[in-house]
Amino acid sequence: MTAELGHYALILALIMALVQSVLPLIGAHRRDHTLMALAGPAVIGQFVFVSMAFACLMYAYVVSDFSVMNVAANSHSDKPLLYKFTAVWGNHEGSMVLWVWILAVYGLAVTAFGGNLPPVLKSRALAIQGLIGLGFLLFSLGTSNPFMRLDPAPINGNDLNPLLQDPGLAFHPPLLYFGYVGLSMPFAFAIAALIEGRVDPAWARWVRPWTLLAWISLTAGITLGSWWAYYELGWGGFWFWDPVENASFMPWLMATALLHSAIVAEKRDALKSWTVLLAILAFSLSLLGTFLVRSGVLTSVHSFASDPARGAYILGFLILVVGGSLALYAWRAPALKAGGTFKPISRESALLLNNLLLVVGCGTVFVAELYPIVLDAIDGSKVSVGPPFFEKAFAPLMAPLLLVAAAGPMLAWKRADLPGVLQRLSLAFAALVAVIALSYALHGGPIGAAIGLGIAAWLFTGAAVDFFDRIKLFRAPLSETLVRFAGLPRSALGTTLAHMGIAVLVVGAVAGTAWRSETIAVMKPGDHAELAGYTVTLTTIGESKGPNYTAQIAEMRLERDGELRGLMYPEKRFYPVQGTQTTEAAIRTTWFADFYIALGDPDEASGGVGVRLYHNPFVPWIWIGALMLVVGGGLSLSDRRLRVGAPSRRRASAAQPAQAASAGGGP
Amino acid sequence: MKRKHKRLLFVAAGMAALGIAAGLIISAFDENLVFFFSPTELQARETRPDQRIRIGGLVEEGSVSKEADGVTVRFRVTDLTASLQVVYKDLLPDLFREGQGVVAEGKLRADGVFEATEVLAKHDENYMPREVADALRKSGQWKGQAGDAKADAPNVTETAK
Repeated sequence: MTAELGHYALILALIMALVQSVLPLIGAHRRDHTLMALAGPAVIGQFVFVSMAFACLMYAYVVSDFSVMNVAANSHSDKPLLYKFTAVWGNHEGSMVLWVWILAVYGLAVTAFGGNLPPVLKSRALAIQGLIGLGFLLFSLGTSNPFMRLDPAPINGNDLNPLLQDPGLAFHPPLLYFGYVGLSMPFAFAIAALIEGRVDPAWARWVRPWTLLAWISLTAGITLGSWWAYYELGWGGFWFWDPVENASFMPWLMATALLHSAIVAEKRDALKSWTVLLAILAFSLSLLGTFLVRSGVLTSVHSFASDPARGAYILGFLILVVGGSLALYAWRAPALKAGGTFKPISRESALLLNNLLLVVGCGTVFVAELYPIVLDAIDGSKVSVGPPFFEKAFAPLMAPLLLVAAAGPMLAWKRADLPGVLQRLSLAFAALVAVIALSYALHGGPIGAAIGLGIAAWLFTGAAVDFFDRIKLFRAPLSETLVRFAGLPRSALGTTLAHMGIAVLVVGAVAGTAWRSETIAVMKPGDHAELAGYTVTLTTIGESKGPNYTAQIAEMRLERDGELRGLMYPEKRFYPVQGTQTTEAAIRTTWFADFYIALGDPDEASGGVGVRLYHNPFVPWIWIGALMLVVGGGLSLSDRRLRVGAPSRRRASAAQPAQAASAGGGP
Repeated sequence: MKRKHKRLLFVAAGMAALGIAAGLIISAFDENLVFFFSPTELQARETRPDQRIRIGGLVEEGSVSKEADGVTVRFRVTDLTASLQVVYKDLLPDLFREGQGVVAEGKLRADGVFEATEVLAKHDENYMPREVADALRKSGQWKGQAGDAKADAPNVTETAK
């Protein structure tokens, strides 16, 4: 009964989406306030019905209703409760419902926080969101209905892939989707602005926090996925430049660009049509990410099976959305009036350069992502593009980006004093040279790694210098410094923290890739292995039993200079329901390096067990840097002036007298 | 500087960035595209000894053995028409099994043995890596569809990653 209820709710949500997308659009065109006002109830209705469907599906999982095919395929009665919940989105059908649900939440947010928005803009944006929802609901109901029944119902289910039964991956999809779908917000408003033919600072002020929110969840989601791959796949790597990873990385790059260009659009009323274009591209790449991962087009270390028929639908949808919005852009963008002017040396120019490099960098990833698919379609050749490609083609584009990132916040709007800024960057330059020399002297290359670390030092120092200048540390009495610190806008604090976070992350990624060391050994209890100055001794191998698996656990002593640094317990788990194994690596971190042990198969000949040891310098800094990005983004988001949905009329007119009429908007 | 000149400057900067990116992509592609071959295709063609390639097929039943060091694994990969000897000095992935699909990346030695540096078998037991499915279809030994994953069988799992 629950499944039928959920199915029914999904159909009602489809009807609501139809109402939400068509009527307000007509209303906005005719300036008919009654029709426009229908968007509100439709949004609430859609939220209620999608929530109902989602709850029904969740209920079916929690009570292990195996007469529902989706549950039978992805769950098992012995599975821990947490993974019964997370299995809802651990599969294709359920994750589509999650997608639509998050979209409905964002729609609700527009109606809840958008009280100050001009009604025409608001109803058009809601209609665009309705159209996206319509597309996904049709997809869900037509090709991937999660409420399909199974008759006769099996006694028990097939279980969720054991690799996915992990806290890191349990929350990776919702965060990632929250980011993907969050980019529908700037997209919907970009389309609405194009229809209207006007982009003003009030528009940018609305779009910025939502982009930031989407960006924060994308960052967190990608990091969580990378962290999962690091400890669960047992390869000691954190990023494989794998097509599925790139699919989420491209929208992140584009969202980062959008985040920066929206600042210019808001503060300086410039780069408006460029910002609109970025909003369209960012969401298009989100859709592409969904399409690439869902269609089975990609072969990847992470990809599991999926169905080409669904891919055909999403491809059609993608062409419609991307092609349609780009055509609209080509038609309407010239109508957007150019705003504030600026000199080539200015913060606007620095942000534009940031955008240029991010978009071109995203382009290289895009080419590498699609080239194998296109080549396969043309002549059936199968190629893959590996990490060396990205080290050669992507990294050189990011180096100037990070150089500019240190200078950008120091440059004034409109026209900046270059010699002055260069002088302020002298300490950063010293750090750059010192770190390159030092790391080259200590490790002797690769030279690219030394340069990468130098650039990270430059960015970190530059961000720190800018921050200290702002609060006049050591230049003014401490009391003034404290007052200045308290008065610093949180968005400035967020920028500093996020830029430092990027620097920290780059150190982790560069050093972790260039200077990792590994060794493989077959060990019996009592055997030793050496790596990076550490000695590892296998003491015992034991068996243990989990709720739905059995495990082989080794106890390893980690010693350095004869001194015990810790006991490590790598595991090999066996899940009988699916007959698969997973590797649970043991990781001991000093915050400057990880010591990583993964257990392999038992070696029958010698009676030992295969062991893979890694020493990964600076890898923990990746997670620290990503955390700084997320916290920095959160700080910015909490800025009073940037609070979600605060296109306050009073502030807008106070800040931008010339724009008062349009910025204030409203009736 | 006039507005027009400035715009020209920005356009020039954009073109320069695009040009550099295109140059980087082309030069990196030149060395870093990894082609995939089935054992049959590999017999028919020459590969440079230093060229990284991917091969794939099924792990031949009964072909997996370990060398005395306990780490180096030897197995044969077959597309049911031809087969290829593979050596791999590392731990096998969790889903590696005889009779199942596998993809290996590495180099073909002069003695015809494939020295793998990476072995991918990251799929559940019903899943066939796409390249492998296509290779088997080409050799006429397998009738399934590309990427056929028994999409309707209730054993298919996937991740949003």
